[in-house]
Amino acid sequence: MNSVTNRKIEKYEKAELGFWLYLMTDVVLFASLFATYMVLKNSTAAGPTAADILDPTYAFFETIALLASSFTAGVAVLALRFKRVRLAIGALVGTLVLGALFLTLEISEFVELVGHGHAWTQSAFLSGFFTLVATHGIHITIGLIWGSVMIAYIFKKGSTADSLRKLTLFSLFWHFLDLVWIFIFTIVYLGAHL
Amino acid sequence: MNEFIQFILGRLSIEYFPKDPVTLGAAIGMPLTVLGLVGLITYLKRWNWLWSNWLTSVDAKKIGIMYIIVAIIMLLRGVADAGMLRLQTALAANGAAGPFSTDTFQQVFTAHGTIMIFFVAMGLAFGIINCVMPLMIGARDMAFPLLNAVSFWLFAAGMVLVNMSLVFGGFSNGGWLGYPPLTGLEYNPGPGVDYWIWSLQVAGIGSLLTGINFVTTILKNRAPGMTLMKMPIFPWSVLVMSVLIMLAFPILTVTLALLGLDRTMGMHFFTSDAGGNPMMYINLIWAWGHPEVYILVLPAFGIFSEIVATYSKKVLFGYKTMVWALLAIMFLSFIVWQHHFFTMGAGANVNAFFGIMTMVIAVPTGVKIFNWLFTMYGGRIAFKAPMIWFLAFVVTFTIGGVTGVMMAVPALDFQVHNTMFLVAHFHNVIIGGVVFGFFAGMMHWFPKIFGFRLHDGLGKLSALFWLIGFILAFIPLYILGLMGAVRRIDSYSDPTWQPLFITSGIGVLFIAGGIGLFVLQLAYSIWKRKQLRDETGDPWDGRTLEWSVPSPAPHYNFAVQPVVAERDEWWRRKQQGRTHVERSEYVDIWLPKNSPVGLVIGVLAGLFGFSIIWHLWWLMAICIVAIIIVVIRRTLIDDNEHHISANELFHEAAKASR
Repeated sequence: MNSVTNRKIEKYEKAELGFWLYLMTDVVLFASLFATYMVLKNSTAAGPTAADILDPTYAFFETIALLASSFTAGVAVLALRFKRVRLAIGALVGTLVLGALFLTLEISEFVELVGHGHAWTQSAFLSGFFTLVATHGIHITIGLIWGSVMIAYIFKKGSTADSLRKLTLFSLFWHFLDLVWIFIFTIVYLGAHL
Repeated sequence: MNEFIQFILGRLSIEYFPKDPVTLGAAIGMPLTVLGLVGLITYLKRWNWLWSNWLTSVDAKKIGIMYIIVAIIMLLRGVADAGMLRLQTALAANGAAGPFSTDTFQQVFTAHGTIMIFFVAMGLAFGIINCVMPLMIGARDMAFPLLNAVSFWLFAAGMVLVNMSLVFGGFSNGGWLGYPPLTGLEYNPGPGVDYWIWSLQVAGIGSLLTGINFVTTILKNRAPGMTLMKMPIFPWSVLVMSVLIMLAFPILTVTLALLGLDRTMGMHFFTSDAGGNPMMYINLIWAWGHPEVYILVLPAFGIFSEIVATYSKKVLFGYKTMVWALLAIMFLSFIVWQHHFFTMGAGANVNAFFGIMTMVIAVPTGVKIFNWLFTMYGGRIAFKAPMIWFLAFVVTFTIGGVTGVMMAVPALDFQVHNTMFLVAHFHNVIIGGVVFGFFAGMMHWFPKIFGFRLHDGLGKLSALFWLIGFILAFIPLYILGLMGAVRRIDSYSDPTWQPLFITSGIGVLFIAGGIGLFVLQLAYSIWKRKQLRDETGDPWDGRTLEWSVPSPAPHYNFAVQPVVAERDEWWRRKQQGRTHVERSEYVDIWLPKNSPVGLVIGVLAGLFGFSIIWHLWWLMAICIVAIIIVVIRRTLIDDNEHHISANELFHEAAKASR
């Protein structure tokens, strides 16, 4: 029995390191997109500039939603560690609701931009903007799917070593997306008005 | 109705079947070969065997063998492409028509470069690493065995996409790095460039996952007692290579994705209008591309380090400097990328910085060369085939390195930029470094994986043919480059170039002979496998842990977990006469179960790439949903190991040593 737990701990350590390494590769991925955006920011091809169309109000509420969801994700992990399964599930549901709110705001901003004729095909700047922000949005979508699966899993299995391990990885991912968003908020939305 | 048909078929159309005889022949031959193989397997009733032993295997050694098989098949295609290129330039002088049309010629040189780098060199590297790296660090398996299988099948899916383009739709004509705006929608509306993008994207994500897997394996799965500075150099080179993969491949993913977005979503990253910036593509692709060169050559350096020490019967000279040289190369490889486009106009200061950095990177490489030579000095050298490959490597690689430093001088580079001189230079380092290294490695470790040695004489002869072929094929290209011959030309008007191009073509024949001899060596050794059987598990009097287990290595690698005290652990044990393992040391072990998940994800990813290439959006959506479902189902399985008892292990080990 002891060797079984040991193997699980070993597996957990490997999974956590591997996941950290994956996140580092994602850092490089986003760094490349940020660099691309910065290079193309002023290539507006007589179209609108960042200051013309990027509204920090949207981004502000998106930021609030995402920061709050990061908090609830942290609560979920702590709750599961202390065997408070229902609290953990509740906090996870909160995380997903806030994440979905974030995504809804982002999509409505996109729809509004496209509706005004400022789609990604208009200029290099808009291509860069949509690609960078949407790549983050796709990550959030994956996080929402992953989170839903986690809720079902914890509902079924309760607080076990396996569920705690899986939830920790999810929360790492979610906090990481929060961090990337802070950069997007600063560089894209605030940077537009500097 | 018409709209519905267009929705279902995307841009699939009968007009994309090949028309010219060369590609038509390949287009008919390839599916027939595949059908023939399928028929043969069905006739021999081996499907079950294939499924349970290979297709669903998560054993690193089997995955490694599959990588090597794919890579060698692709090597045959890549060399055939090279032969076509040199046949064209040997004939198409002074207004004469060559055998191939310009468009075919462009597709051939694009396919040659793409296949050789992504599917031959990367495939051989991952193959050999999978086969021996876990053994060398005293591990039972990779950190993530199933992820390893997923990586392989993504690699295989990319390979299938490249070859499918030959049958249907044609390949990219934009060169192996596909510079826009030539590869943009405006100048290349067909599916060729999309084939290039998505085959590399699928295979590249596999490589990225492999990098993460190798780093985790080396950091977490080493045998007890093996500190990083007691680890053999080959795993060290793999560690550095994998860190490079982790830092460089995401850039490739982004670059290809952006070019794909330009082409399918009408974006303007690299277009020549609406503010697009093609030069940014060249920066991005080389920010991946230069580290990629070291990703390929570092494992070859690692292989040579093991081989020189083993066949010289000496401890590797300058172990610590070897490690630091690897780390220095890792760092420097990220600040030299601009030397690929000195002529872009970045200015004298930028060019000077990158030029100097490029010269600096020759220093750690030189350190390694001298360390190998000092390892040989005073040793009792056994001139087996791997050692012949090593000697061929030292000579050719050093010449390649020196011409590289020549081109690091921006003023000189302006003269030879994009000429045959450059082509000669990078073939010089890639053939002399990477290819020779992997051949040496295959001959060295073959008995460990298959249980019998390869015929030594044929291996030496193969090395000799490669060396002669290499010299004949590429020394003329250096001269041609200095004479002003541009790369990628399919015809030329200066008749004095023709003899040099013909010599180069003869060189390709010698290289083809070298490959033929290698295949003959394989066939002959399989035929004579009883005489060549490796009874001891240690045919070369090796120094590291992989030689402490029987040949072929059992699927669990080590019946008993080794504990390491020294760098050359197996050598130490032999010197101290401590090679025997007591019955009491055996304990139960757990191994991962086979799983079809890798194969399924590979097939889905291949279909995903196919659907984007042909604008089959419904199929793309299905593939994405299916991949998500497969991944979720897999993550919900907690029990995925099977158990082998100490008793079974002991009896198997006893049987193997008898």
